[in-house]
Formats: sequence, C-alpha cells, structure tokens
Amino acid sequence: MSFFLETLLGGLMSGMLYSLVALGFVLIYKASGVFNFAQGAMVLFAALSMARFSEWIPEWLGMDNLFMANVLAFTISIVVMFVVAWLIERLVLRHLVNQEGATLLMATLGIAYFLDGVGQTIFGSDIYKIDVGMPKEPVMMLESVFEGGILINKEDFVAAFISALLVVALSIFFQKTSTGRALRAVADDHQAAQSIGIPLNRIWVIVWCVAGITALVAGVIWGSKLGAQFSLSTVALRALPVVILGGLTSVPGAIIGGLIIGVGEKLSEVYLGPYVGGGIEIWFAYMLALVFLLFRPQGLFGEKIIDRV
Amino acid sequence: MSGRKIGEVILDLKNISLSFGGVKALQDISFDVREHEIRAIIGPNGAGKSSMLNVINGVYRPQEGDIILRGVHHANMDSYGAAKAGLARTFQNIALFKGMSVLDNIMTGRNLKMKANMLQQAFWLGAAQREELEHRLKVEEIIDFLEIQHIRKTPVGRLPYGLQKRVDLARALAMEPQILLLDEPMAGMNVEEKQDMCRFILDVNDQFGTTVVLIEHDMGVVMDISDRVVVLDYGKKIGDGTPDEVRANPDVISAYLGASH
Repeated sequence: MSFFLETLLGGLMSGMLYSLVALGFVLIYKASGVFNFAQGAMVLFAALSMARFSEWIPEWLGMDNLFMANVLAFTISIVVMFVVAWLIERLVLRHLVNQEGATLLMATLGIAYFLDGVGQTIFGSDIYKIDVGMPKEPVMMLESVFEGGILINKEDFVAAFISALLVVALSIFFQKTSTGRALRAVADDHQAAQSIGIPLNRIWVIVWCVAGITALVAGVIWGSKLGAQFSLSTVALRALPVVILGGLTSVPGAIIGGLIIGVGEKLSEVYLGPYVGGGIEIWFAYMLALVFLLFRPQGLFGEKIIDRV
Repeated sequence: MSGRKIGEVILDLKNISLSFGGVKALQDISFDVREHEIRAIIGPNGAGKSSMLNVINGVYRPQEGDIILRGVHHANMDSYGAAKAGLARTFQNIALFKGMSVLDNIMTGRNLKMKANMLQQAFWLGAAQREELEHRLKVEEIIDFLEIQHIRKTPVGRLPYGLQKRVDLARALAMEPQILLLDEPMAGMNVEEKQDMCRFILDVNDQFGTTVVLIEHDMGVVMDISDRVVVLDYGKKIGDGTPDEVRANPDVISAYLGASH
C-alpha cells in the first residue's frame, strides 16, 4: 500500500510540472489560436538565461550571496522572456494574423529552432547548473499511518507546490481582473473583442509574456533537477499528450491532464513495466493521447468541435 | 417620439466602393448620418448591407471612398480604432463571449474606459478595485435598462436567442458609444421579441441621445422606427430618404417585389 501511494504521489508531483508546461500551450492557443511549438524552446531559453545570469551576476558585481544572485537572475530572466514575447508578437505573429493554422504552426516551429540556436549562442551549449536551493534529500512521511511510511522526494514536493501556486495565481488573474476578462474575451471571439475596443496585439503580448513566465518557472524547476541543457526543450514536448488529453482550450484540462499523465506514467512503469520489459514511461503518454484522439478528439474538457454542413 | 433634436452630420460616407476579388460588394455609395437620428440601411439579401456596416466599423477597408467621422477622415481605421472613435456594434450572428457570464460579457464593453494598469490589476490594488466597482455600477444600470437582471450570472451560451441579442446590445451600450451600429437586431426573433427590441432601440436613442445606424432585412419594422432610410440593392444605392419617400420610390418597390410588379 505504501509503495502504491509513493508511486501515486511521485506521479502527481511530476504531473504538476507537465501541467505547468501544458498551461503555456493552452494559454497561447486559447488567446490566439496558435499552437505554440516553441513552448519547449522557451523553457530551454528561460532555463539557460536563469543558469547563466545566476553565474554571471556574482562575477560582475563581485558579491557572494547566492540568494541575491538567484533573485536578480530570476528578475532578469523574466525581463528576457518578456522581450522574447514582445519580439515574437512584433516580428512574426502580427504579420500572420488570420493565416491558416498550419502556417502559424510552421512559424512557431521556426521560432522554436531559432530560440534553441540563439539561446545556445548567447548562453553557451554546455550543461549548466541551476542552484536555487531546492532540497535534495528525501523525507519520510506518515510513518504512524503505514508501516515504514512513505518516502517522498522533497525536491519534487517543492516543485509541485510552486507549480500549483503559479496555476492558482494565474487562474485568479484570469477570473478576477479586467485584463484577465479581456484575455478570456479574446480567446472566445477575436472579431467581437476587437470591435468593443480590446487591443488584440497587446493581449497577445500579454499572453506570450504569461507563457514566458510559465516557461521560466518550468525551466528553473527542471533545470535544477536535470541541469540547464538542450534536452530541456524536448522534455517540454512531453507535455504535448497532456494538452491532447485535457483539451487544447481548457485551463483546468491542462492541469488535470498533466496529473493523469504523470500518475499514469509512473503507475504503468511500476506495475506494467515488468511484464513488457519496462520503458513504458517514455511512450505511455503518447499512447494515451492517441487513444483520446481516436475516441474524444476534443480532449476531456475541450470545446466540442461542431462543423455545420 | 420625444423632443430629441436631430443635429448636424456626424458620420459622412463618400463614394464608398468595396470589392472582393471580382465581386463588387459596394459600388460608389454615399450617404450621411446625423447626430441623434435613427438611420436604417435596408435591402434584399446580398444587397451589401452587412458589407456597408463592416466598412463603417473598420472590419473591411474600402478600396475607394472616404469615411468622415465628426469632421475627421477615417479611411484606414480598423475595428479597434472604430471602437476608440466611439462606434459600437452588435452582430448579426451574435458574437458574444459564450463561456462568460452575462455580467462579464457586458463588463468587457467597459474595457476602453478602464485606466488601471496591469500591475495594479495583478495585485488588486486600490485603483483597480475602485475602478472595477465604478464600471460595475454603470453596467448594472444598463442591465436594469434592458431588463436582464435575472440572467446576469448565467453563461451566455445557455441563453435563448432573443436574450442573447439583448446581451449583445447591452455590451455595445456599455461602451457608451456615440454611434451604435446594429446588424439585423431583429433577425430570427418572434413578434414579441421584435417589439421589445424596437422599444429598446427607441429608448436608447431617446434617453442617451445615441445615434443609431441599423441594418434590417425586414422592411416593416424599420419603417416604423427610423428617421431616414438608405436602400441598397446589388451593392448600389437605389433610394435614400424618409420612410415615406422610400416607400414611394419605384426602384425600391421593384427591388423588393421583382421588376414588373
């Protein structure tokens, strides 16, 4: 029992991270109808920026305070992501308004490779360390309830907590502020939003900025676990099945989809893995997504696609 | 009708031509709209009425012609610019934000009037909070005015068609526009709903002094509430004047009833 719970909790915690990246996809898709293939590249770019600035700042300023260096590096990285968001809107998206979905997808694919390349040109292409003081040692919990208790990885726990916090903050922003309301309006109907005086361009910049922040947080968390390195941009693609599962247009879908995939991966690896020789974790999410595509293409919470003939 | 005074020309459209590829949607159309009046654009299906409204609203940019709004040329305005210039519109196929409540939908109409910046909003600071309440008051007024109190928390997608049309009007009114553009406000409604809508349009015009430009397919209703009527057919203007003048116009009669009546 305690082993099952351990696996379940581990799955939930890694699922929270998937949710975070998936949220980036959903936000941009909802507001601009663009499936942003560059989300993974943004995670990498943000992680590299965080890693390098936290290394450079103490050198430049000659200080020795790790906490201050991290805070400064994080702030600078936010600014960097905002600039990236603004440039993408200004140089690419603005000129592709009302184009086919495939065109926009190709554009973001281009942005993805460009960000991958430029990121490594600016920040270097080694594996860099992000040290934000995440606790590394595991901790025992609920020893009084189960025999032997549950072993929990503190780092995963903190990561899941931060992700959850960000998700809550974002949903409050979306539901309670007038900018959030304008964002939801744009997501619902571009034409109508524009005609009541909501500036589309500004909304898109805001959405990409928000997606940039989720990329940064995901980048920092994953980066401190795996190191800031090229493979981060593919790790983010693990969130693709999450989006298919939860529905491209649903914020709660992204969160719940992430949790399902996280748990599914871990449980299937542990309980089915031995029978088929392991390695399920790698393809499980994609298989699940495929099944969903066949039977419920709009995902768990997405809007049903109705075509009028 | 009450003592409202029809004023100077507020919107002047000069020689507007619009084509999509080879299709000429509008050909050399000129007319004006005076302050505080109710101006109707009518015509059979495919006459170019919606294109005309979309030109005024900045959705389409005409290849030729000039749009003068309160003495300012607006030939290259987009729909955001139109909103800023004091034009609000409703949509024929209702373009409400379906997932949002009636209240939220109408609140979006206040967007241009909101001043608090993102940061203030993000942290829900005093300025943003005060502002939200202020706008909420105005929106409640409009809700009362259009008699939709009972549905204010309902998601728009769940409402019947007639009520959705009313919410669409409410959202446009929330912008406190100088000119209100209505795209077939009575389309698809039953008689009772049509009467309600007529009453609301007249009240808006009367109480707020809003200039109304409306498109209608159905001649009957329009003739009763409009001050002046433009008639389009196949992208050309075939009549312009008071309802009585238009009714007597032989071109208009033949356009509606067929050539040899």
